Amino acid sequence: MSTTFVEEKPTQNLEAFKGVKKVPYEEYYTSGHRTCQGCESAQIMKLMAKAAGPRTIVLGSTGCMYVANTSYYATPWGVPWMHTQLGSAGSGALGVAAALRAQMRKGTMRAEPINVIAFCGDGGGADMGLNAISATLTHPDYNLLILLYDNETYANTDIQVSGTSPYGVNTSFSTPGKVKRIMHHRWKKNVAPLMAAGHPTCKYVGTISTSYPLQAMNNIRKALSIGGPTFIHCLNPCPKGWDFDPLLSFQLGELAVNTGIWPLYEIENGKLKLYGKTEQIAHGRFKRLPVREYLLKQGRFAHFVEEDIEFFQSKVDEMWEKWLVPGVIPLQKELDARNPPSP
Amino acid sequence: MATITLPVEEKREVQEQEALITGAEAIAIACKLADVDVVTAYPIRPYDTVMQYMSQLVADGEMDCEFIVAEGEHSQFEIVKHASVCGARVFCGSSGVGWMYAMEALTVTPALRVPMVAMVGNRALDDPGAFGVEHNDALAVRDLGWLLTWVDSAQEALDTALIAYRVAEDRRMFVPLALSCDGAFLTHSQALVKIPSAEQVNKFLPRYERGELLLHPDNVISVAPQANEDWVMEIRRQNYRVTERACDVIREVYADFEKRFGRKYGNPFFEEFMTQDAEVVLLGMGTMSTPVKVAVRKLREEGKKVGFVRLRWFRPFAGPEIAHCLERFQAIGVIDRDFSFGSPNLSGVVATELRSAMYTGASTRPPVLDFICGLGGREVTVPDVEAITQSVFEAAKGKAQPLTQWIGLRG
Repeated sequence: MSTTFVEEKPTQNLEAFKGVKKVPYEEYYTSGHRTCQGCESAQIMKLMAKAAGPRTIVLGSTGCMYVANTSYYATPWGVPWMHTQLGSAGSGALGVAAALRAQMRKGTMRAEPINVIAFCGDGGGADMGLNAISATLTHPDYNLLILLYDNETYANTDIQVSGTSPYGVNTSFSTPGKVKRIMHHRWKKNVAPLMAAGHPTCKYVGTISTSYPLQAMNNIRKALSIGGPTFIHCLNPCPKGWDFDPLLSFQLGELAVNTGIWPLYEIENGKLKLYGKTEQIAHGRFKRLPVREYLLKQGRFAHFVEEDIEFFQSKVDEMWEKWLVPGVIPLQKELDARNPPSP
Repeated sequence: MATITLPVEEKREVQEQEALITGAEAIAIACKLADVDVVTAYPIRPYDTVMQYMSQLVADGEMDCEFIVAEGEHSQFEIVKHASVCGARVFCGSSGVGWMYAMEALTVTPALRVPMVAMVGNRALDDPGAFGVEHNDALAVRDLGWLLTWVDSAQEALDTALIAYRVAEDRRMFVPLALSCDGAFLTHSQALVKIPSAEQVNKFLPRYERGELLLHPDNVISVAPQANEDWVMEIRRQNYRVTERACDVIREVYADFEKRFGRKYGNPFFEEFMTQDAEVVLLGMGTMSTPVKVAVRKLREEGKKVGFVRLRWFRPFAGPEIAHCLERFQAIGVIDRDFSFGSPNLSGVVATELRSAMYTGASTRPPVLDFICGLGGREVTVPDVEAITQSVFEAAKGKAQPLTQWIGLRG
């Protein structure tokens, strides 16, 4: 088979925006959608489209960001966009990237690097679509980004528990009752490290927050440029699902980071780099805020009593004090001490 | 006087090769000839031999495609669905519960107007486990907009695979097509097959052009947004229109195939065997044609005027044509290699469809008996067919027969 442009220069070289004033004006996710006021999931979608630019194909998994964003005859998309089934973010992106690769190699499509992004929610990415994303991240030949926007519930279908819902949360599948105050006993799935640790050839895995938009866009640009399949997990406060005033969206995003609940990091070619406030927390330059400040601003935790807040705090403390890689890899240091790796 | 030249005929004789291959291998070769761009594989017997052949073709450099091994059938079908929307010619397939595992993807594919060609190596659905043929797997998509065809020889498998791409990718169609091959009896049985040249195939099969429906940065469209009650009916109606056009397109493509490759399939929708002076007729799909034809010949020698109709296309179901063909017989015996529990008269799928077609399309009312036979890979035997024929003759004489009978049961 012939070597072509595609193999030599497979991705667009999207350099980091050097400051917010250097970000282009052009929007590729514009009017026509009907997301809620203060919706951080729509915000990351907009930032993603801006960061990727016009030579991009976007796939949108079923979820609130499909249902609320793309009404027939009123699409907000300025780049080609396609609905993808709930569990198909990984397979959909793989199919698009494979089609581009085959046709460009055969000369039946003009050869140029085209960004392929699959945008999926926590239901699509961390629950139903996990196996397809996992398989896709093992395919080194295809350039694509899976962006998981995480509002910690099935937010389109009436706010139900997902695999990334926080402990104890009140959702329509975990409503506190007369006998049971806490219906949801599962700890949030640690998705990004799962992707990084499980797929050693994946060149880029990271977490972002819409409360740090420039950084988020630049990380997306890096993931699109690095080559091969990549994965980004973004935490997105949701006024409807989390029950808070839309004014607080931005602040809650920051609080999630500052309390240590949502660590920010990149794993680039296997090298872990914490960034932002997370890095300061790890190096002791910033003292984690109590989780209480984050939890009590949200109606979904309104049923928490002191005991629940303390438990939540203890689990977050564990992340930072006991995990082998604080905030990232939940293997316990004690295990490591008993069986130290040979030098 | 002007001279008439027949360049296609001449080339055919020179370029065709003959090989001893299985039905699965025949389809793999058809995909190579069709220059398929993206292929997705996932193991399940018996369809998966097609993917074993194809991976070898790719490894040997005979075929240039993205050959992707998926992590399950759902992804397998979703990958090619997306690839097809981006302009790639695609191929995949499955069997039995694997096909059912992909069901969500199979459901959305016709609505997205994706001309995917898939091979179904027909296999009994679990449970209990069985590798053998049953037609319920492919039939599960019969109401969704898929085109469904059954073949009964390796040659027909190869030819129909080429025809499948031409039909599915016709701009009047743009719907997926499932090419059904009976597990083991066809997928794993070798026969001599005439293999056309790539040049011949290129002339028959133009490039897949998705046009204004292409997902590409040069063509900024949004595919499959939320339509809800505002537009869903109109969009469903578009798929209905496709099925209205399907018979004409299929007829056209078979005619062109015959002209270019010289193999004649006659009526594309069904094959008639010894029907000309028949009093009663049997009808079925797939490789049961072999034992049925043997039995029909034997019965003819005994002076019993029975014929056989093998249905090739189940979707579209060429209702009026089939009804017109069958109205002349005194009684009809359908052999269903499938079941439809709780259906009218508790019959199989084919008999139920046929009765519906006969009710509206036939000028006479011959009894239509149903025989559930050969499930789970059990053979349809010559004695089975003899027993079936006897019952059909009884019905023709006006003696009441059960509308549904299970044939070849043990004990």
